[in-house]
Amino acid sequence: MELEKFSYDNKIVKQFAYATMFWGIIGMLVGLLVALQLVFPALNFDFAPTTFGRTRPIHTNAVIFAFVGNGIFMGVYYSLQRLCKARMFNDFLSKLHFWGWQLIIVAAALTLALGFTTGKEYAELEWPIDIAITLIWVVFGINMFGTIIKRRESHLYVAIWFYIATFVTVAMLHIVNSFEIPVSFMKSYSWYAGVQDALVQWWYGHNAVAFFLTTPYLGLMYYFIPKAANRPVYSYRLSIIHFWALIFLYIWAGPHHLLYTALPDWAQSLGVVFSVMLIAPSWGGMINGLLTLRGAWDKVREDVVLKFMVVAVTAYGMATFEGPLLSLKNVSAIAHYTDWIVAHVHVGALGWNGFLTFGMLYWLLPKMFCTDLYSKKLANWHFWIGTLGIVLYAVPMYWAGFAQSSMWKQFTEEGQLQYRFLETVTQIMPMYALRSLGGLLYLVGALMMVYNLIKTVKAGSFLANEDASAPALPKVVKTHGNEHWHRWIERRPIQMLVISLVVVAIGGVLEIVPTFLVQSNIPTIASVKPYTPLELQGRDIYVREGCYTCHSQMIRPFRSETARYGEYSKAGEFVYDHPFQWGSKRTGPDLARQGGKYPDSWHYNHMLDPTSMSPGSIMPSYSWLLDNELDTAITGAKIRAMITLGVPYPAGYDKIANQDLIKQADQIVASLSKDGIETMNNKEIISLIAYLQRLGKDIKGETTTSK
Amino acid sequence: MTVILVLIIASIIVAGGFLVAFIWSVKSGQYDDAVTPSIRMLLDNPTENNNKNNSNNQSNKSIVK
Repeated sequence: MELEKFSYDNKIVKQFAYATMFWGIIGMLVGLLVALQLVFPALNFDFAPTTFGRTRPIHTNAVIFAFVGNGIFMGVYYSLQRLCKARMFNDFLSKLHFWGWQLIIVAAALTLALGFTTGKEYAELEWPIDIAITLIWVVFGINMFGTIIKRRESHLYVAIWFYIATFVTVAMLHIVNSFEIPVSFMKSYSWYAGVQDALVQWWYGHNAVAFFLTTPYLGLMYYFIPKAANRPVYSYRLSIIHFWALIFLYIWAGPHHLLYTALPDWAQSLGVVFSVMLIAPSWGGMINGLLTLRGAWDKVREDVVLKFMVVAVTAYGMATFEGPLLSLKNVSAIAHYTDWIVAHVHVGALGWNGFLTFGMLYWLLPKMFCTDLYSKKLANWHFWIGTLGIVLYAVPMYWAGFAQSSMWKQFTEEGQLQYRFLETVTQIMPMYALRSLGGLLYLVGALMMVYNLIKTVKAGSFLANEDASAPALPKVVKTHGNEHWHRWIERRPIQMLVISLVVVAIGGVLEIVPTFLVQSNIPTIASVKPYTPLELQGRDIYVREGCYTCHSQMIRPFRSETARYGEYSKAGEFVYDHPFQWGSKRTGPDLARQGGKYPDSWHYNHMLDPTSMSPGSIMPSYSWLLDNELDTAITGAKIRAMITLGVPYPAGYDKIANQDLIKQADQIVASLSKDGIETMNNKEIISLIAYLQRLGKDIKGETTTSK
Repeated sequence: MTVILVLIIASIIVAGGFLVAFIWSVKSGQYDDAVTPSIRMLLDNPTENNNKNNSNNQSNKSIVK
């Protein structure tokens, strides 16, 4: 058979590797800032773009989509070429993919800092960026499937299957969750409302973890661990079972993020069942990864790359054991809304994703630069400092989560709540401080790696195009069984591509479906009314400032919660909430029944300086809301968008909405003036007060009238 | 809660796609051999050895700096 000569494109791998390191450092730096802001609120700098509500989404987006994202592409572009014995399909598409992704990251960082957000966790980016992500993702897909089609190796190694699943599922998730109606260039409303929005969002959120942070990295694990250890994977058969079992189970687990919320019970149970089942394939994969090193543990002692990878796989095992555990309703009752969840994700992010990425970088760059690692000793130090960092991060957060949850639920003998909310926050401040130290150590380790790799790169000479040769794949593959059926199935890579494109096209078909959904947004609670124009504007400021990153709006049906916050939340209350703002973490108290609890002036003073109303509060100041003028020019467009989404404003209301807005604003100005605060009716703070005073009011009226 | 239908349909379609892919992979003999692929992936290039001590043997590599 004729040997074909070709070369592997290392340049694109190098570029993604550099981007991984660059964005990794940035993302972790912002993460450290976010952590410190909880300990020292002064670090919010009284400046909107650096306030927690905006820095936290920047951190999550940067580490997930910039650091891990580039890490995925680095590993995929390296391994796919070698597994397929082919150069990437098209060098231009590779470049387009690389630069497109970096531009998206820059755009994401800037827009999030400026307050352009959809208010849906891990999917905060506004609609123009959503479209850009879709396009670049398709570029990646074409490049990947193109490479698979022209491969010279008929067997698709298990890693490739993981990459394919990643591409297809992320495409679907992103498209379905990003349905939104644009109001202006950088503002949109989620197509779904309330409980439906919540379900779509966490179906997305959970599967983003599954198919962005897990499946691609499992593929990378199945390539890079055998490579680094120079031993075949423990059981190839198990890896195949691992893959198919995992992808069939993962898609259904999303509702476990919404246990005890207003989501219907049967949907919650469905999520729990699949989450518990997930432990089997997850642990199968972990065991397979670890046992690859059987009989070679002496190598782990010597080789820093393997050390990183072993800890990564162990962290994967711990996180995927904890995940099903947290999905149980009784465990979720304790852990939800607390730092336990933060600990859980960071075991996965720092351990699994971070350490596997570090391992790949330490292995790849010396290889591509035809040299040895500059300093093994330094890399070892990185390993130990990083591991210590993970421990110092996770343990305090577990402690904090459990302590705070116990305090929330503690009643006195007289049947009163024992602790005020603020007391439960100040109690865990030392844990927050310790966590920051853990994060700092992890960052220091990463910086040592960057230094080490820069030195390595300087010492080596880069092999941009690595020559290789392999026989071409025979055109006709041996057939057996039903000939006719097989002829179609034989065109396998093309068929795979077709499947994936069909899946992407489903996104387009689904576009029609949401219009039907509008029907089901008709309120089931008669007293729940649409927001007034001023409240709607205030709600958008609530979203813009990222209040949902610390405050939930979802009271679970527990005595400890109804005693603290009021009547538990009902699905019918959220029918006009585009997007939903249930939140997932209570760094501050729940706000679902905030309306009418405090006078307008309390909110005014609280936004200016939270500690003036709640001494010891770690909430940042939002002083700019007192000065910024509300953009009323957009009110009409917002009302029109809401009408399109099925919110029952009267026809033509968009034209007169601003009259009502000013009327309500004047009332709030008058009420503030009674308490000695002089302000104007066109300030943003007025609309935010209007929104906060509305929260939970509708149903309060309901219960009083029914009594 | 009608949106759950959208999610279930979308998930089933994707899962169905994977099912087709799975059936194809089994029928086309992808998994007939569950041993050698794991060893073959270790052998990157028949023409050159990947061990570090051979990296100075650059006769068939184009070096770009």
